[in-house]
Amino acid sequence: MTTIERPRYQVIGTRPIRPDGVEKVTGRALYGADVRLPGTIYGRVLRSPHAHARILRIDTSAAERMPGVLAVVTHRDLPAVADGIQNLGETAVNVRELAANLLADDKVLYHGHAVAAVAAVSPHLAEEALGAITVEYEVLPPVLDVREAMREDAPLLDESRRTKNIAGQVVGERPSNIAMHHRFEAGDVEAAFAKASVVIEREFRTKMVHQGYIEPQNATAVWNQDGTVTIWTSTQGAFAVRGQVAELLRLPVSKVRVVPMEIGGGFGGKIPVYLEPLAALLSRKAGGRPVKMTMSRTEVFQATGPTSGTWIRVKAGADAEGRLLAVEAELCYEAGAFPGSSVNAGAMCMLAPYDVENFRIDTYDVVVNKPKTAAYRAPGAPAAAFAMESVVDELCRALKMDPLAFRLKNSSREGTRQVSGVPFPRIGHEECVRAAMESDHYRSPIEGPNRGRGVASGFWFNGGMQSTVLVAVNPDGTVNLIEGNTDIGGTRASLAMQLAEALGIPYEDVKPFVADTDSIGHNDVTGGSRTTFATGLAVYEAAMDIRRQMVARAARILNLPEEDLEYVDGGVQSKSDPSKRIGFKEIARQQARTGGPITGKASLVARGVGPAFSTQIVDVEVDPETGKVTILRYTVVQDAGRAIHPSYVEGQMQGGVAQGIGWALHEEYCYDEQGHLLNANFLDYRIPTALDLPPIETVIVEVPNPAHPFGVRGVGEVSIVPPLAAIANAIYDAIGVRFTDLPISPRRIVEALYGGKEG
Amino acid sequence: MRAFDYAAPRSLDETFPLLADGRRVRFLAGGTDIIVQLREGRAECDLLVDLKRIPELRRIEIRPDGTLAIGAAVPCAEVYEHPEVRRRWPALVDAASLIGGIQIQSRASLGGNICNASPAADSVPALIVLGARLVLASARGERELPIEGFFRGPGQTVLQPGELLVRIEVPPLPPCSGARFLRFIPRNEMDIAVANAAAFLRLDDDGRIAQARVALGAVAPTPLLVAEAGELLAGQQPNDELFARAGELAAAAARPITDVRGSVLQRRHLARVLTVRALRGALARAQEGS
Amino acid sequence: MAKVHVRTEINGEPVEFLAEPRQSLLEVLREELGLTGTKEGCNNGNCGACSVIFDGRVVNACCVLAVEAEGARIVTIEGIARDGELHPLQQAFLEEAALQCGICTPGIIVAAKALLDREPNPDELRVRHWLAGNLCRCTGYDKIVRAVLAAAERLQAQEVPQR
Ligand SMILES: Cc1cc2nc3c(=O)[nH]c(=O)nc-3n(C[C@H](O)[C@H](O)[C@H](O)COP(=O)(O)OP(=O)(O)OC[C@H]3O[C@@H](n4cnc5c(N)ncnc54)[C@H](O)[C@@H]3O)c2cc1C
Ligand code: FES
Ligand code: FES
Repeated sequence: MTTIERPRYQVIGTRPIRPDGVEKVTGRALYGADVRLPGTIYGRVLRSPHAHARILRIDTSAAERMPGVLAVVTHRDLPAVADGIQNLGETAVNVRELAANLLADDKVLYHGHAVAAVAAVSPHLAEEALGAITVEYEVLPPVLDVREAMREDAPLLDESRRTKNIAGQVVGERPSNIAMHHRFEAGDVEAAFAKASVVIEREFRTKMVHQGYIEPQNATAVWNQDGTVTIWTSTQGAFAVRGQVAELLRLPVSKVRVVPMEIGGGFGGKIPVYLEPLAALLSRKAGGRPVKMTMSRTEVFQATGPTSGTWIRVKAGADAEGRLLAVEAELCYEAGAFPGSSVNAGAMCMLAPYDVENFRIDTYDVVVNKPKTAAYRAPGAPAAAFAMESVVDELCRALKMDPLAFRLKNSSREGTRQVSGVPFPRIGHEECVRAAMESDHYRSPIEGPNRGRGVASGFWFNGGMQSTVLVAVNPDGTVNLIEGNTDIGGTRASLAMQLAEALGIPYEDVKPFVADTDSIGHNDVTGGSRTTFATGLAVYEAAMDIRRQMVARAARILNLPEEDLEYVDGGVQSKSDPSKRIGFKEIARQQARTGGPITGKASLVARGVGPAFSTQIVDVEVDPETGKVTILRYTVVQDAGRAIHPSYVEGQMQGGVAQGIGWALHEEYCYDEQGHLLNANFLDYRIPTALDLPPIETVIVEVPNPAHPFGVRGVGEVSIVPPLAAIANAIYDAIGVRFTDLPISPRRIVEALYGGKEG
Repeated sequence: MRAFDYAAPRSLDETFPLLADGRRVRFLAGGTDIIVQLREGRAECDLLVDLKRIPELRRIEIRPDGTLAIGAAVPCAEVYEHPEVRRRWPALVDAASLIGGIQIQSRASLGGNICNASPAADSVPALIVLGARLVLASARGERELPIEGFFRGPGQTVLQPGELLVRIEVPPLPPCSGARFLRFIPRNEMDIAVANAAAFLRLDDDGRIAQARVALGAVAPTPLLVAEAGELLAGQQPNDELFARAGELAAAAARPITDVRGSVLQRRHLARVLTVRALRGALARAQEGS
Repeated sequence: MAKVHVRTEINGEPVEFLAEPRQSLLEVLREELGLTGTKEGCNNGNCGACSVIFDGRVVNACCVLAVEAEGARIVTIEGIARDGELHPLQQAFLEEAALQCGICTPGIIVAAKALLDREPNPDELRVRHWLAGNLCRCTGYDKIVRAVLAAAERLQAQEVPQR
């Protein structure tokens, strides 16, 4: 690890076993689909076989008559909701559109769009009942590609849609699939290009890809006799589910209780609701029986959040000394069936590693007849970085400059103005690039035919938002840490460690617990790499609350004035005579006599988010006969601010890289011309297997975030940003072919190398 | 998934009557194709007949004349773990150890792979070049045919109603011969072949090719025996240039389609590349053996 | 259609149940028998989350019908820890931080156990090959592979003194 001034910590930086570990390795941990309530019935969803069609008629009567079928719902069963934006943390949704996505209204907008749902006494019966529902469609021509959808003569998904600006004001006069257009601009781009000695301009395309979490969406709901609704589900945000369900069902939030179960991966995709409101509606119709719904893998691919397919044009110029002078870019992102891609985030991330004064970036959010996109790990950033970092690679080659030296020379640093105009706080891009340059990997030569090396950098904002934690001191000196963020990858551990550090007690004495929405104040989602940072801040403040109370209790026990006491290393001692000291456990033991239970709490909106950078190096070998790319070696360097639990930080770095490798080489949504998704399964949607990846080497850089007591930045997302370009750059280095379309699959490589000669 | 009945007969004699009562019957061996197909509605039946409790379908036997007889329901893992199969028919091990991952190999049978009749079935090209014969049985008795004559199209075979595959018979490899099976998939495991190829070579005393067979998969509606390639190779000194020409013939014989797993251009190209590589592999094995 | 009476052995205990022929072993384990440690990720053989040991071999429970379990011996994740003691694989997964969300973990531990039962001393490539049918989307496999290798070492060290 490259570390800048590291205080001596007792717990932070160690690698203890996670609190929920034993349950998870023994199969006892309960995930959403493991919920089993007495009297449970099973819900299933009927989905559109067409990509674009008007619904003329839905007849559910035959299904309703089937013995064992207890409820059927369609869009008519959803209360009418008006346009209104609900912020989900990493993304925002329009509630009317969320409702139309949940169950299609007058039109289906993608293959797999939900049309009706049924509940029956067995899952097989529910499935048979779907077959008894008849839907008459008027099939319409679909539009599947972002550039096609932007044409004036393209089929329209919604005739009433006009292009808006970033502030939501209508700017377009004619109906359009372009939901939003924005321009980020600074400096004088034309003048700067005129001064450049090298200018590179390229167009890039990426396909829709899916988060690919292994656990399908699921929900169990009960509509209770008192009119309240209880929902058990696997989600990144119990409060986000509560909010969406309440809006969609027009219930006050207080009538909805969401119990977050363990969650089998999300990566941004388990923030929107798909099943929860349906299960609730079905339960109501079925007289309050618990309704359990789980998606099949096919449904997950067809109907839950992929990330955008994109078309991106980048033009960049540098002077002879290798200074990046100007960048012009156009980013067109597929939003899916409803607006809301992360195109603006892409624009704000792509230039973040660089100090460049002149730029103009146009962004377009475009609807197409494909599933509504959802957040996916650093949403918007990877595709934009793929384009920018590929162009930078070409600039470096034209300038005959080492690509890391170029990045160092042009690196953003504290004070550099971002695309948004806001200057950067203390950031660690230069440190990442330097650590990459000094790595064993970068210093070892790459040799052999058809082998090559590529590098790239990436950026992600990270999130702050709202968190609440409660801490209760037990009489035996342990503490309960009650929080509201579901634990997707070790946040129980990273929060418990911060609490233990702040209180000076052993990590094993902290017992974290993830509470439901009735049991704790609001918490935003586990997403945006925010939990260890933002909920960590709340943990720290709650610890300070506990420490103050501990001092007060110690004053009573030791019979000393509070002013003379201080909290030191897990105990309270006299400033004037440190031999007068009482330990945390002893104070805890005496709490009943000294004023009753000691509990601390903190609720906050986290400020001072520490952005994250990553620089990555990859060596590949290309089999020029088959087009197969083998990853020979991979190193990920990332600024964690402070690595609370280094193993889980490394895990996040490796996981993001693994997903990036899949995106670069294999993953894509394949459609036929009618808009049918052809590869909605793990056989043909190819995520990497253990045999496809090398050991992924990690270098944690620690440039502490000054706004966090331990220096934490977020670590969950940025690692997925550089791989796409790093791999494309390495493939160019290996075989001299520049790929601007993803994925760089064996098929693409073979077609590029032999397309002219055979076929 | 539609409901169906299940039967697990203990012998062929118990099996045949089940096939004659007018119900739509499907067989279950390892289930790695049929269970998924039933679940997804791509197959339907009234009765599923589990073949795994019929002892003769679960046996691997090496006859005194050196013929290998593999019961139709023997899982791939048992095939490739068999020490004699490993020693004498390595091309079969090439194929059986590539089908799915370890969990699939624990169940998936060669019989199921053959009878499912996917053009991409990985065991078939290897069995074709090894000269395998299939033994089919029905209430009327047994019949036998070379494996390349079994397929009529994707998912279609010469099996008659009431008839099933009981075993696969693979002759012993002659001296100075070798075979190799290869496939191309985008990842390193868990994909269905974009294309696959197998080659068999027998060398004469001068190291010349006495006999050759080349077969391809996933590049036509059925697995292909490329007779032209065999004819070209016979009587020639093996070398790269010759193999390249055989590769050309294989590519020319291919009649691929473009689908989600590959394109016409890619498949034809791979037919050539894999043929050449399989020939090299077969040669190396033949030379090892001599 | 009539349900079938099935007698089997799960984690060393005799178990009887009634199943429709169309019900998979996975469905019956999870929904009827309450053994929810075995997970469903794809229901068509591609992810390995449902791995169980069936008559000594690791299989995908979603690709086996429950009626096929008649007379079989099945081990699920719930049967890996013995007498309240974690299996060395489970211990190694904890120590090496080889899980993030943990949904793939039961399947991977079951599959890895089947490997180590057969081959006590696999190398890294062998482990990767064996586990290729078990998808993990969170970890990039690096720590999983390390954990399996560490467990193999520990198991071998345990065995020596016993001999
Ligand atoms: C994840 C996954 C990966 C796979 N990977 C591969 C791969 O790499 N390569 C490959 O080739 N295949 C692959 N397959 C497909 C499948 O595993 C193989 O085709 C397998 O060999 C089928 O054998 P089985 O015993 O499971 O067949 P089953 O599913 O039991 O049967 C297959 C078909 O054959 C019929 N049948 C079975 N036995 C007989 C018989 N004796 N007589 C008449 N009809 C019979 C059945 O009725 C059914 O129609 C994969 C499947 C999955 C799920
Ligand atoms: S659920 Fe069985 S393999 Fe995925
Ligand atoms: S730990 Fe989440 S899928 Fe493996």
